Amino acid sequence: MEHIVIIGNGISGVTAARHIRRLSDKKITIISSEADYFFSRTALMYVYMGHMKFEHTQPYENNFWVKNNINLKNGFVKHVDTSRKILRLENDEKVHFNKLIIATGSNSNKFGWPGQDLEGVTGLYHKQDLENIEKYTTSTTRAVVVGGGLIGIELTEMLLSRNISVTFLVREKSFWDIVLPREESEMINRHILEHGIDLKLETGLKEIIADENGRTKAVITDKGETIACQLVGLTAGVSPNIHFLKGSGIELGRGVKVDRFLRTNVEDIYAIGDCAEQHQAIGNRRPIEAVWYTGRMMGETVAKTICGKPMQYNPGNWFNSAKFLDIEYQTYGWVFAQPKENEEHFYWEHRSGKKCIRFVYDKNTREFIGTNILGIRMRHEFFDKALTEKQSIDYVMHNLSAANFDPEFFTRHEVEIKTAFPHQLQPA
Amino acid sequence: MSSTITNLSVIQHSNAMQSTKQKAALAIGLSGLFILALALLNVQLPNKAIWLSISLAAIVAGTVMYANDLYLHHPAGIKNNGIWFKSLTSKGVLGWSLGILLTLFYVIIYWYPQYLGFNGEKGNTGLIAFFDPLSKLLNGHAASQWFVYGTLYTVAILSLGYKFILKYRHNKYQVVRTVSVMFFQLAFAFLIPEILSKLNPDKAYFTKDIKNMWPLNYYFFEDWHLKNLISGGNLGMFMLLFGLVLIFIGSPILTYFFGKRWYCSWVCGCGGLAETAGDSFRHLSNKSTKAWKFERWSIHLVLVFVFITTVSVIHSFLSNNPGYSIITRNQFIYGVAAFIAVLIGGLYFFKRKNMDKDAVYTMVSLAVVLVAVMLLNQFSGKQNILFIDSYKLRQWYGFAIGAAFSGVIGVGFYPLLGSRVWCRFGCPMAAILGLQQRLFSRFRITTNGGQCISCGNCSNACEMGIDVRAYAQKGENIVRSSCVGCGICSAVCPRGVLKLENGKEEGRINGGAVLLGNDVDLLQLLKNKN
Ligand SMILES: Cc1cc2nc3c(=O)[nH]c(=O)nc-3n(C[C@H](O)[C@H](O)[C@H](O)COP(=O)(O)OP(=O)(O)OC[C@H]3O[C@@H](n4cnc5c(N)ncnc54)[C@H](O)[C@@H]3O)c2cc1C
Ligand code: SF4
Ligand code: SF4
Repeated sequence: MEHIVIIGNGISGVTAARHIRRLSDKKITIISSEADYFFSRTALMYVYMGHMKFEHTQPYENNFWVKNNINLKNGFVKHVDTSRKILRLENDEKVHFNKLIIATGSNSNKFGWPGQDLEGVTGLYHKQDLENIEKYTTSTTRAVVVGGGLIGIELTEMLLSRNISVTFLVREKSFWDIVLPREESEMINRHILEHGIDLKLETGLKEIIADENGRTKAVITDKGETIACQLVGLTAGVSPNIHFLKGSGIELGRGVKVDRFLRTNVEDIYAIGDCAEQHQAIGNRRPIEAVWYTGRMMGETVAKTICGKPMQYNPGNWFNSAKFLDIEYQTYGWVFAQPKENEEHFYWEHRSGKKCIRFVYDKNTREFIGTNILGIRMRHEFFDKALTEKQSIDYVMHNLSAANFDPEFFTRHEVEIKTAFPHQLQPA
Repeated sequence: MSSTITNLSVIQHSNAMQSTKQKAALAIGLSGLFILALALLNVQLPNKAIWLSISLAAIVAGTVMYANDLYLHHPAGIKNNGIWFKSLTSKGVLGWSLGILLTLFYVIIYWYPQYLGFNGEKGNTGLIAFFDPLSKLLNGHAASQWFVYGTLYTVAILSLGYKFILKYRHNKYQVVRTVSVMFFQLAFAFLIPEILSKLNPDKAYFTKDIKNMWPLNYYFFEDWHLKNLISGGNLGMFMLLFGLVLIFIGSPILTYFFGKRWYCSWVCGCGGLAETAGDSFRHLSNKSTKAWKFERWSIHLVLVFVFITTVSVIHSFLSNNPGYSIITRNQFIYGVAAFIAVLIGGLYFFKRKNMDKDAVYTMVSLAVVLVAVMLLNQFSGKQNILFIDSYKLRQWYGFAIGAAFSGVIGVGFYPLLGSRVWCRFGCPMAAILGLQQRLFSRFRITTNGGQCISCGNCSNACEMGIDVRAYAQKGENIVRSSCVGCGICSAVCPRGVLKLENGKEEGRINGGAVLLGNDVDLLQLLKNKN
C-alpha cells in the first residue's frame, strides 16, 4: 500500500491528511515534533490569557486519529533522502515514504540583533514559545514587544492580561501601515494607546542587554533610548521553516519552491502551507502566504492531486481577518495601503472612532475591488460573490444591508454609509 | 481535546487580584449575606423589615459596585482573562466549595426546610421568619421556604444580570436578552404571582407564573392542580387556558420563527439564572462526543418520563372526576395514541432526510410511549400505567427530575459541570423545543464562509457543550437541538464567524459547505451534490 508521509501536523498537514483519508485508504503518517496532536496555533494567545486551556486548542478529539486510521509520530525530521525516499529522524529512526508532503510551517524572524538569544527573549510561534513566555513572565513587570504586526499586537494583549506593562516598538510610521491604509492604521494606534500600551512608532530595536545572570535587562532602541524590561518579544514576521532540507536536492528559495500543483522539483515530494513558495505569485498574492486559510486550501488541493485527481492550487478571492485588542478586522478582495492608479477609495468612519469601512473600486469601470472593515462584521459569502461576479461599487452599496453580519440588535450603519458615499465621490 | 495535557500556566496571576474598591464591594455584599446568616442562626434582629431590606440592598449594591469597578475602567470587549486560572471558575478549591455549599442549600430547601426555620403551622423562625415581612407585604401570608428561595433567586438574577450586562455592554444582543430575563423573573415569576395570590386569598394554590409552562412545570396537569385551576374562578380559568394556548399554539409558533432561544435564553427562569449567576461557569460544560451522546439519551428519557407521567395523571384525573371534563378517559387515551402515531408518521414521512441521531432516538422513545399507552389501556385497572401507580410515578418524577435534577444538580453543580447542566441533560421543555428547533424552525447559527481559524473560543464558551468549532471550521451552519441561542459563541469569536439568524428553512443545514477559499466551480459542485 502506498505510504504517504506528512512532515508537520499544523493546519496544512492535517487538512491534507484528512482529505487523503476521505478520498482513499492509503497509509498516512504525520510526523511532527512540536506537539502530539494538532492544535490551533492561532489560539495560543488565549491559553496564556486563561480564556482556554491548551487542550481546547485541539480541534479534534484524541481518538479521531485512530478512528480515521491516521498514524501520528512525534519526532523531528533531520534529513530527507530524496533518492531512496527515506526520512531520518533525530533519534536516527528511518521512515520510508512513497509520497512526501512537507508542511513544516514557519519560524519567527530574528534579524541578527545583538542579544537576540538571551534568556527572556522570545518569539511567538511555537508551543515552546508559549511555555517560555510563561516561564519568563513569572518575574516580569515590564516587557518590550518588537514588530508591529498581527502577532506583535497579540503578544502585547497577552502580556497586558497579566498586568505587565508593555512598550510596543513599531518600526513603521504607524501600526501595520504596510498593509493598512492610514485611517485604519491610525484607528488602531489610538486603540493601542487607549489600552495603556506604550506605543513607540518609527522606533526599531538596536540591541538587547543582559544582566549579570545573562537574563534580559533592557533594550536599546535605534533612537538610543534604553528601556528596562525582563522580557523581549520578537514578532517581526515569520519565514519558512526549511533548514533541515538544505542539501537534500529539493529546490529552495525563501521557502520550498513549488509549482501550481504544489509539487517540488523532486517527484513525489510536495510542499504546502507556510513553508511553500510559489515560483510565480498568483495574482496579487505573495509567493509565500503565511496564513491559516492558505494552509487549509493547499492541504485540500494536494490531497486531490495525490489521490489521482490532479488539481491546481487555485485560490479564490482573497480574504483575511484579525483582531486588534477589542477591534475586529475583516477584509475581502484587495485593499492596499496606497491606492493604485485606477483605484478610488471610499472611507467611512463611525463617530466613536472604533468602526470603519473602506471600499476600493475602479475609477473608470466602477468595479468593486475590495473592502477593509473594522468593528463591523461582514458576510464572506456576499463579498465573495460580488467579487466573482465583478459587481460594481453601486451594487455593493445598494445591497450593503445584506452584507452585514453583526449580531442581531446591533446598531446598523448602512444608511449613514450610503449617505456619506456620494460626497466623497469627487475625483481625487 | 485531550484531558492528559495540563494547563500550561505555572504562575499565580496578578490579574486574579482584586482592587481595593472590589474588595470593599465584596465586603458589602458579604455583609448582606452575613445578616442572612445571623437570621438563619436565629439571632433576633430588632426590626426584621429594616434588616431584611439592608441585607438585600447590601447584596445588590455590593455586586453592582464590584461589577462597575471590574468592567467600567476598561474598554468594552471580551472579558475572559484568567477564567481557567481562577480557583472559583476552574473547578479549584473555591469552585468545589461553592458547589458543595449550593448543593447543601438545595438539599435543605427541598427536603429539610425546618433547618431554615420553616415549621408549618407552628409559625416560622430563623431565616424564613426573617422574610415574613416581605412575604406579608407581597402575598399576605407568612413566608415559606419557597418564598425565601424565590426572593434570593430573583436577587441573584437581577444583580448578576447587571454584572453580565456590563461585561457584554458592547454586544446589544446580550444586553437586550439579559434585560428580558431579568424582567420576566422579576415581574412574571416573582411579583405578579405573589400579588395575585394576595388578591385571591381564598383560592387553593395554582401556578400564577404564566411563562412557566408544561412540561417545565411538570405538575400543571396533575389532578390537584387541574382541580385548583378549575375551581380557581376567572383567574384559574385564565391560567388554565393561557397555559394550554402557550403549550400547544404559542410555543410552537415562536419556536418556529425564533428557535428555542425565545424561551430558553430570553424568558425562562432556569435559563435566566444560568445566564446571569451561571455566566462565570459556562465554559465548564463538557464538550466531548461522549457527553453529547449521554445528553441525547438523558434528555429524551426525561421527556418520555414526563410524558408518561402526564398521560397517566390526566388519565387518573379523568377516571376520578368524570364530571369535570368533556372528554372521557378512553377518548383521551385513544386521542393520545392517535396524536403520537400521526406525529411520528408525519416526521418519518416528511423529515426523514433531515433526521440525525437525536431525532431518531426521540422517535423511538415516543414510539415506546405509544406502546406504553396502549398497554395501559389494555391493562387499565384504574390508575395504573405500566403497572405503576400514577401517584407514585409523579412522586418519583417530582423527586428525581423536579427537585434532584433541576435544583440540586442543576444549580448546585454550576461550578463543576457548567451553568446549563439541567437545561442540557434534564429539562423536558428543552427537549421538546429542541426537537422542534432541529426539524421545524427558521433558526440557525450561520458560519461566515471560510473565516474560521479553529481557535476554539466558541466551543469553549458554549454552555450547552456544543462543539461549535467542529461545524464552523468546515463552513457548516450550526443547527443543533440543544442550542439555547445565548449568542455567546458569536460574541467571543475573534474572527466574526458566527451569527444567530432566523431565515428560510431551505439551505439552513448546509453540510459540506464549499466556501473555504479554494476557487471551485460552484455550479459543478451543486450538480454533484444533487
Ligand atoms: C500567534 C499566531 C497567530 C496567528 N493568527 C492567525 C490568524 O488569525 N489568521 C491567519 O490566517 N493566520 C494566523 N497565523 C498564521 C497561521 O497560524 C499559520 O499560517 C499556520 O499555522 C501555518 O500552518 P502550517 O500547517 O503551514 O504550519 P505549522 O502550523 O507551523 O505546522 C508545522 C509543524 O511542523 C513542525 N515541524 C517543522 N519542521 C519539522 C521537522 N523537521 N520535523 C518534524 N516536525 C517539524 C512544526 O513544529 C509545526 O508543528 C497565526 C500565527 C501565529 C503564530
Ligand atoms: S451554540 Fe452558541 S448560541 Fe447555542 S448555546 Fe452554544 S454558545 Fe449559546
Ligand atoms: S468560529 Fe470563531 S471562535 Fe469558533 S473556532 Fe472558528 S474562529 Fe474560533
